[in-house]
Amino acid sequence: MKKEYLKIDKVIGPLIEISEVDDVFYGEVVDIVDIDTGSIKKGKVIKIEEKNVIIQVFQNTAGLAAGNSIIKFTGEAFNLPMSLDLQGRIFNGVGEPIDNGSAIFSAIEANINGRPINPMSREYPRNFIQTGISSIDTLATLIRGQKLPIFSGNGLPHNELAAQIVKQAQLGENTGEVFGVVFAAIGVKHDDEKFFRKSFSEANIMDHVVMFVNYADDPIAERITTPRCALTAAEYLAFEKNMHILVVMTDMTSYCEALREISSAREEVPSRKGYPGYMYSDLASLYERAGMLKDRKGSITFLPILTMPNDDITHPIPDLTGYITEGQIVLGRDLFQRSIYPPVAVLPSLSRLMKDGIGEGFTREDHADVTNQLFASYSKVQEVRALSQIIGEEDLSQTDKKYMAFGRAFEAEFLNQGFDESRNMIESLDLGWQLLSLLPLTELDRLSPENIEKYFSQES
Amino acid sequence: MVASKINKEIGIISAINGPVIKGKNMSSFKMREMVTVGEKQLIGEVIVLEGDIGTVQVYEETEGLKTGEVIIPTGRPLSLKLGPGLLKNMFDGIQRPLKKIQEISPVYIPEGIGLMSIDEKKLWDTTITAKLGDVLAEGNIFGLVQETEVIQNRLMVPPNVSGTVVEVVKNGLYTIEAVLVKIQDEKKEIKELKMAQEWPVRTPRPNAYRRETLVPLITGQRVIDIFFPIAKGGTAAIPGGFGTGKTMTQHQLAKWSDADIIVYIGCGERGNEMTEVIEEFPKLLDPQSGKSIMERTVLIANTSNMPVAAREASIYTGVTIAEYYRDMGYAVALMADSTSRWAEALREISGRLEEMPAEEGYPAYLPSRIAEFYERAGSVETLGGGEGSITIIGAVSPAGGDFSEPVTENTKRFVNVFLALDKNLAYARHYPAINWLESYSGYIKILSDWYEDNVAEDCIELRNKMLELLYEENKLLEMVMLVGEDVLPDDQRWILEIAKIIKVGYLQQNAYNKEDTYVPLEKQYAMLKSIEYLYEKGREGLKLGIPTSQLKDIDIFNQFIKMKYTIPNDDLGGIDRLKDDIDRFYDKLLKKYVD
Ligand SMILES: Nc1ncnc2c1ncn2[C@@H]1O[C@H](COP(=O)(O)OP(=O)(O)O)[C@@H](O)[C@H]1O
Ligand SMILES: [Mg+2]
Repeated sequence: MKKEYLKIDKVIGPLIEISEVDDVFYGEVVDIVDIDTGSIKKGKVIKIEEKNVIIQVFQNTAGLAAGNSIIKFTGEAFNLPMSLDLQGRIFNGVGEPIDNGSAIFSAIEANINGRPINPMSREYPRNFIQTGISSIDTLATLIRGQKLPIFSGNGLPHNELAAQIVKQAQLGENTGEVFGVVFAAIGVKHDDEKFFRKSFSEANIMDHVVMFVNYADDPIAERITTPRCALTAAEYLAFEKNMHILVVMTDMTSYCEALREISSAREEVPSRKGYPGYMYSDLASLYERAGMLKDRKGSITFLPILTMPNDDITHPIPDLTGYITEGQIVLGRDLFQRSIYPPVAVLPSLSRLMKDGIGEGFTREDHADVTNQLFASYSKVQEVRALSQIIGEEDLSQTDKKYMAFGRAFEAEFLNQGFDESRNMIESLDLGWQLLSLLPLTELDRLSPENIEKYFSQES
Repeated sequence: MVASKINKEIGIISAINGPVIKGKNMSSFKMREMVTVGEKQLIGEVIVLEGDIGTVQVYEETEGLKTGEVIIPTGRPLSLKLGPGLLKNMFDGIQRPLKKIQEISPVYIPEGIGLMSIDEKKLWDTTITAKLGDVLAEGNIFGLVQETEVIQNRLMVPPNVSGTVVEVVKNGLYTIEAVLVKIQDEKKEIKELKMAQEWPVRTPRPNAYRRETLVPLITGQRVIDIFFPIAKGGTAAIPGGFGTGKTMTQHQLAKWSDADIIVYIGCGERGNEMTEVIEEFPKLLDPQSGKSIMERTVLIANTSNMPVAAREASIYTGVTIAEYYRDMGYAVALMADSTSRWAEALREISGRLEEMPAEEGYPAYLPSRIAEFYERAGSVETLGGGEGSITIIGAVSPAGGDFSEPVTENTKRFVNVFLALDKNLAYARHYPAINWLESYSGYIKILSDWYEDNVAEDCIELRNKMLELLYEENKLLEMVMLVGEDVLPDDQRWILEIAKIIKVGYLQQNAYNKEDTYVPLEKQYAMLKSIEYLYEKGREGLKLGIPTSQLKDIDIFNQFIKMKYTIPNDDLGGIDRLKDDIDRFYDKLLKKYVD
């Protein structure tokens, strides 16, 4: 029989310490039962030293004290029941329903930590997803099975962008392919969660959405399990039920802050800015769960959102994320302030997987050229703008003046588009050519003669 | 097996903290001994011993372990099995073949699957070269196995073993564990020689002595081969923030380098990148052998979501395998992507041991570990009397892209080539984003003879001249940023024009273009030489007072920008024709001005 303990030695933030414990395993789930109310909090063993055990509690530890709770070791790892019935449901960060619906019953249970995918078993992702957004489709193409985060800042329209992608993305364009969305809200405001719920129902996909929600005023430690529950559901739907799953997760910054808080409660040696040294591996254990598998039809495309503290891309959170994910879509405050939506900061944005998913047979043969040329020319625009700040636009050379004009048009016509406007890939590429024609042909050194012949036309 | 274990003392788990566990009753264990942990028999290694208490790092997920479970010694250090079957294969950080793991578990990597290594059942066609009565010393070759289409595995007498051959088998099919040769040593003891040998991962394999490194590793990448060459047996680091092109560069080197053997370690990076390698490499042909590049490649993968202790080991696993092929007399190139993840694994283990941290939480021994790793590179005379080398190229992932962090700083101290990747170049899609102002190669001097003899008399001179032109351009651009280009005198504007050709037409190299992904040295030189030719022609015009605007012929400039694509690697006639165009244009122009 599993033992129960009455004595809590110490409560340190989200952690509790108990002593004289036998026969528990690392990672074992515990129920902490309030003696007066009978309410149960969940926790997990995160360190064992002789008979002392440290438990990370996923709910609020306020009020926990020696004598008012019973600690029950469950003999189980953190498992969740898996079923197609997850769809259309809303759960909290430890996987309990919060939509007044019934509990999920299933013989299939999965450990929320997952296990590393064998690289031999992966299928390299190659199929692009049209999002209908020119800047993304052309310059940082999303590939089915990719993990592509949105690096945003406070107050920037990342939620709108994510919602627009969910609405417009053609996830299962072929007949017979079933798609779904797994949404994880980590430490978000109630408004943000409502916004997403509304946009899912406007897109008529609520029946295919599984939601895991941890609000800003919910316990910090539950933020650690929220993404894991979500990804476990995603893995089940994608790899057991052959669905194409888009995982939207916001805000990964809250997740990382929770990680830091727990680490500091454990008195671990911090690395940069107080974040734990293992944050890279920890984030990787989430992000690497995206992808595609050989012999399985489904896929997990992962679109996490994070807000960069102080808009600083070198901050450990975006930095470590960028090292793991397959590119990033960066939002820029200056574009936002000039009312450009979506304010995609083109130059630091990148899709690492697009190379194999674009071009002839996928999008169009000129895609890579157009992308490279737009990047190169727009990066030149930045230089010319810096110069014009010093010497004034009138004194720029003829060519540089054309760059200024190109820069303005690129932002106003290419980057800028409506929240409800969906452009297909061909429209976006053609628009790219149209803008490039504002520059002298001699400046366009990334375009092949064949593509110039076919697509380039310059008035005057 | 089991019987021998029972006689030994068995440890009892007393503490569990992630991948680090402690055990009691371990006084008879040895430092660095391999152990199995718990009921699932997870694989671990003893890393601290203090009296009765031992600390073990566990190479597999520890969830589910309990105190009171056993720690069983194996009596030997964590070792690799070195033999035929390494090539064309992909292993995890402790040399378990991922293909075999997949057969056990189709998708996810489970824990408790035990130790396994190269195939022990496969029969190899073996030629025994040793004869009865031969005296064999350590490192001598006693047989040959065609391991892949291009690589012959030379069966070596292991280090510290020697004697007179007293028994040999006939040529034929054997497994790696079959006894092929018996030798009798001085003490009249009989030693059995098999195809495979075991070697502890953390101990460098011995060699006779170090030689000087005088030959470059030809990579087919212009910015490396011409501007910042890496010597065979040398060391190089590729630092860069995320997305600047570390992995692409490492992949390019693994694909195209003229090494005999490639050991590629995916250390704490993306799973898909390893999948890409497995899918892509078999289809690519090595320009040297004409056979698939996979035939010469060993892959080690500890992706970022695999256990962190095995990440620490993966680097040693890779370099030990590299040494094994070096000892056969091969030139081996080892790529580690990324050494920063290895350093972070050291940091994580160190943290769990509650050691005193030095900078940014890294342990104080970080610099010495980095030094030890890069010191395993080198060009050597092997024990068997041959020549072999290991070139080590490590990617570094600096936190925040800032090169002043501990791993980059300490790596810089121990490598001779520094290929600094630049975020702004990457943003402008200038690939490879190797910054020519910050990068350097310490091998220019010792390799210059080779370049003069094998490429062109003036190759290094040309390289220096063009690099200076780029330095000059940098100074001029700083000025332009203050006053605009129009105020520069013509000779300086000409430098800007030529520098642009060097950058776009030469330094930028498109890994996705069939013609440009690998470029033979001959073409690399000819391209640069033709740019110099243009530069000098223009200078003649400048002396006559011809303005840059007239010196710049759109068509010729376009040809220069595109020549990497338009001039085939195996037919450089186009470069001569380009020179003819230059002559025609400038002769006419100059004539006009002289008249
Ligand atoms: N030589 C190259 N040619 C073409 N594209 C490149 C090259 N080097 C890098 N890239 C581009 O940059 C992206 C990021 O490169 P990668 O090597 O993955 O960066 P890192 O490993 O430094 O994070 C690639 O996906 C590719 O699009
Ligand atoms: Mg990389």
